[in-house]
Amino acid sequence: MTTALLKQPTPTPAVRKPNRSFVHGLLSNKKALTGMAVMFIFIALALLAPVLFPGDPSRITAMASLEPSAEHWLGTTAKGQDVLALTVHGSRSSLFVGLTVGVASTFIGILVGLASAYFGKFIDEALSLVTNVFLLLPGLPLLVILAAFLPPGLGTVILVLVVTGWAGSARVLRSQALSIRSKDFVAAAVVSGERAGRIMFREILPNMASIVMGTLLACVIYGIGAQAGLEFLGLGDVSTVSWGNNLFWAGNEGALLTGSWWVFVPSGVCIALVAFALALINYAVDEVTNPRLRKIKTPKTPATAERSAAK
Amino acid sequence: MRFILRRLGFYLIAFWASITLNFLLPRFMPGDPVSRMFARSQDRMQPEQIEALRKLLGVDDRPIWEQYIDYLHNIFTGQMGVSISRFPTPVTEVISSQIGWTLLLGGTALVVAAVVGNLLGILAAWRRGGAIDSALPPVLVFIGSFPYFWLAMGALYLFGVVLGWFPIRHAFTDGLEPAFTWEFIGDVGAHLVLPALTIVLVSIGGWMLGMRNTMIATNSEDYITMAEAKGLRPGRIMLRYAARNAMLPSVTSFGMGLGFVVGGALLTEVVFAYPGVGYQLLNAVQGLDYPLMQGLFLTITAAVLLANFLVDILYVRLDPRVRSN
Repeated sequence: MTTALLKQPTPTPAVRKPNRSFVHGLLSNKKALTGMAVMFIFIALALLAPVLFPGDPSRITAMASLEPSAEHWLGTTAKGQDVLALTVHGSRSSLFVGLTVGVASTFIGILVGLASAYFGKFIDEALSLVTNVFLLLPGLPLLVILAAFLPPGLGTVILVLVVTGWAGSARVLRSQALSIRSKDFVAAAVVSGERAGRIMFREILPNMASIVMGTLLACVIYGIGAQAGLEFLGLGDVSTVSWGNNLFWAGNEGALLTGSWWVFVPSGVCIALVAFALALINYAVDEVTNPRLRKIKTPKTPATAERSAAK
Repeated sequence: MRFILRRLGFYLIAFWASITLNFLLPRFMPGDPVSRMFARSQDRMQPEQIEALRKLLGVDDRPIWEQYIDYLHNIFTGQMGVSISRFPTPVTEVISSQIGWTLLLGGTALVVAAVVGNLLGILAAWRRGGAIDSALPPVLVFIGSFPYFWLAMGALYLFGVVLGWFPIRHAFTDGLEPAFTWEFIGDVGAHLVLPALTIVLVSIGGWMLGMRNTMIATNSEDYITMAEAKGLRPGRIMLRYAARNAMLPSVTSFGMGLGFVVGGALLTEVVFAYPGVGYQLLNAVQGLDYPLMQGLFLTITAAVLLANFLVDILYVRLDPRVRSN
């Protein structure tokens, strides 16, 4: 996530200059740094999971429902699995699905939004109609229905989440693209005979990089949360280890009713931490790119500092 | 009027889309789930009932457009087949016995969250940088980061199991006869507190931040300065001048929020075993009860679309700009 964050906007030449200050702004922003640090830790844990906890984390052992101890830092489940190993291994599937869903829905959103804004008229009407219908259909029931009809598996989970998640980003990106479409430099590009694809992706897209990034982060948050919800309902692939499935099994084995809170707490806290870290980065992107939200660089009293931190 | 007609057309198209989705799903999904369902429940059903269900779910050899017309006809005459998991109750009967609970839970939570959230937003914007404005938003955003069902389970454990303040499952105590007695209403209320409270907790942040941000914009309008210059009481300016004009986006979110109520209520109902349509939907999915699943999805969609349409009508009453063009 962090590397994608830093690299993503750089290859587009049209925004070469603002970009450097953008990265600089992000790196000197406390919220962004906190968020990126948390994400870095989680990505490192996910990558190192097979090294840190070799073997199958869901192997059933005789040491059932142990409280947290020196040997099992986060205790064990009712089936004798080490909760810490499950949580660390779970980050792999959760982060992977979240990232894939985020990238895919943002990509569809970009295509739909740009096509709507650039072509306008009939194409805009049709695409907006489809977007609005998808926005209005109740998301979670649709998710459940789709997951019920499709064969269970990781691919299904990703597909279903993209189908229900793209519309929101398409709407945001369309309205932004529309406002850029009406700028003079786009008209100039049209008059000078540039191809539609080039105008959309080389002229309009680079100028909405920050909104694209905000959308991407929001979609990743959505993906991680919705995957967890779907798996908690038992509609994911219950054989994989992920945060949502950990919670599904915790519920299934009655972890809370027997008082084994340690089985239930870690996965939920991890989801919250990742979502919060991504939200922090998102706010930071807003602050860096939107001059109105930027902090004024004057010495300030503690009171004003507190106020701007709360925004 | 044109605005209303346009919206009505849009909702009709959306409803048609969800009906068509419902029609296509069982017919084009791999793995033939419908045959699996029949294999599981064949011995309990009459031959003519099987035949009717086969038609409903598309396991027959007629051309697809003929099936489609038949399907539309059935939907609009309210024939949604019989439920498999609650055989032989008709799907419509199962749904009508449960939608009330969802409306009660979702409606209560939505109204409480909207009222309290908007009030907090108004106060936060009015005293910008004050205690409410600086302390609450980060806390609410952090709470909002937790998976919803996780918070609900935590609340269930803490207040239901450990402290025992509230009942932990169902909408009323088993064995209690539904009736308009104080005992029954009080019992329903006690069962409602925990599920509704968890929904309010996660959704209140959105209301508050939305209201706060619109109201900050309204606060800098000239008519607010004018009202202050006239020497009106601050409370009056805050509510009748600033908040009133900042309400419009909240009205739109209220319509959108109804979608969340039905969707979000699914997880709540599952965690608290609350007998609403969301809980039933999950049961139908687990019991491979495809007729009930389809009926529930259509009902939920129809409810959401209808609610949004009503909000649109309200919007025309509230915003003269929509009326004029």
